[in-house]
Amino acid sequence: MLELSDVHTFYGNIEALKGISITVEEGEIVTLIGSNGAGKSTTLRSISGLTPPREGSISFEGNEIGDTPPQEIVALGISQSPEGRKCFQRMTVRENLELGSYLRRDSKVGEDLRRVFDLFPRLEEREGQKAGTMSGGEQQMLAIGRALMASPRLLLLDEPSMGIAPILVERIYETIAEINRQGTTILLVEQNANFALAVSHRGYVLETGHVALSDEASALRDNPDVQKAYLGA
Amino acid sequence: MLPAAVALTALVIFPVFRDPLDSFLGDSILALAFVVMALGLNIVVGFAGLLDLGYVAFYAFGALATGWWASDFFTGVNGERGIHIGASEFASSLPGVHLNFLLILVGAVIITAIAGAIIGLPTLRLRGDYIAIVTLAFGEIIGRIAQNGDELTLIGDYKFSNGRQSISPIDQINLPLIGEFDQATNLRPYFWMGLALVLVVLFVNFRLRDSRMGRAWIALREDEVAAASMGVPLVKTKLMAYAVGAGFGGISGAFLGAFLNSVNANQFQFGFSIFILAMVILGGLGSIWGVVIGAVLLSFVNTRFLTQLDQGIGNDVLNALGLDFTFNEVKFGVFGFILVLVMVLRPEGLLPERRRKLELTEGVGTGGESVYEARA
Repeated sequence: MLELSDVHTFYGNIEALKGISITVEEGEIVTLIGSNGAGKSTTLRSISGLTPPREGSISFEGNEIGDTPPQEIVALGISQSPEGRKCFQRMTVRENLELGSYLRRDSKVGEDLRRVFDLFPRLEEREGQKAGTMSGGEQQMLAIGRALMASPRLLLLDEPSMGIAPILVERIYETIAEINRQGTTILLVEQNANFALAVSHRGYVLETGHVALSDEASALRDNPDVQKAYLGA
Repeated sequence: MLPAAVALTALVIFPVFRDPLDSFLGDSILALAFVVMALGLNIVVGFAGLLDLGYVAFYAFGALATGWWASDFFTGVNGERGIHIGASEFASSLPGVHLNFLLILVGAVIITAIAGAIIGLPTLRLRGDYIAIVTLAFGEIIGRIAQNGDELTLIGDYKFSNGRQSISPIDQINLPLIGEFDQATNLRPYFWMGLALVLVVLFVNFRLRDSRMGRAWIALREDEVAAASMGVPLVKTKLMAYAVGAGFGGISGAFLGAFLNSVNANQFQFGFSIFILAMVILGGLGSIWGVVIGAVLLSFVNTRFLTQLDQGIGNDVLNALGLDFTFNEVKFGVFGFILVLVMVLRPEGLLPERRRKLELTEGVGTGGESVYEARA
């Protein structure tokens, strides 16, 4: 479904991705793990067009999207919940979700809103509340829900557990698994990899802009090096 | 609805109770023009969060449109017989281009919207203060070009402007069905015309704010990365904000050109941009009614209050302090002082926008740093 081959992405002169190649098959949950600066978020930003790659190719369902601007990538069926949530703080929950469907003109937006409220009942309770007044966990739900409102076939999640109470992390990952069961392919990035690998099919370990390791999620969880470096075992 | 209707009726019949050449009526007309101007800047700065310090450029283009197309500026055109479309009987006898004011408005909007998009282009990759610097430079460039426009010939022998010499006289506004205004005998029609422009621009402002585009502007202001992730096309959305905001500046500039009966480069100073920006900030960034109030207040401070202060006790106070100037001479200092007062006492503006009030009173911001980074 998604294939990155030999992707190089730069911030100015700094090469953040030094030739990343990954694939995501339809129906999968794939996790990118790695420490700070490994290039996880940059990989997602390269896919979503926020920082387009300088070299290499990114193809989505057969279309080359390396040079495609972000709004067209969203229209193709990839949406992102960005790092640090980035909810529109002074908009209500409802307005945030409506912006998620900014590009859509079809009649199914109402159904998707229903779906998001079913996945995250908390958001329905807080429909009229300003996003900025909600807790970190609720804002994370909102960021994921907002990305879902674009009705993506591939959902990119950047550190959905960042800054959230442990109990909520578990809930959010249950919901991520549920979203996947409903038919959305998911590529997610995590620093704190335990929960992420538990719900994922496959995983990649990134180190300083390279793919260091790739395997089935269960195999990665059992890998002693990965355990030591990323799972806190 | 009822209070609005009463207020509107009061405004409409207000000129009838004033002398046709009343100076207060004249100052009110200026205030109306500034309301249009401030509402335009509010779209760029208030809605989309792009700090624009070069707004005077659009005043310049609007006013120049009137200068070009409603005077004998292009004397030689059409073998000195002139071009006349919908001009009054008197203007039709003059050389130069003489178009109906409504056509000039359309032309001014087109010119300024294009200029707005052009000023927007180099700022697309910039954020915050850097946008302000580029727009500031753009305003200055246009001002300089207008100043030296008497040496600048574009097509044939036609100049760009008259520089510091005025393009004057300008045709009186001549509306279909209503007829020609006459500034020398009656200011009332100018008041009604200004009021009509304000109403149209207000309507467009409210519609825009509640439109998809308006929501995209606000999303952009709140968080550019998130907006892009949601599929908001950044380039188009920003350029639209610049173009629409500039278009309103053009409308107001064209109207001011006709009302002041003169277009010259001395009008296009940097201070003008700040004057309009001060109205927006005083009223409340992003708040439509707030900006209206801010524009009216500052406009009257400029035209009446300072003069009255100088004629009244102000002079005595300054003399007693041994200061040898009048308030009018330091009016930009006074505006600055007013802004400082607003920032200290009521940082959200007189009539704050709902969203912004939240940020300032309840500590809700976009993750701390980016609120101010994005805007100021």
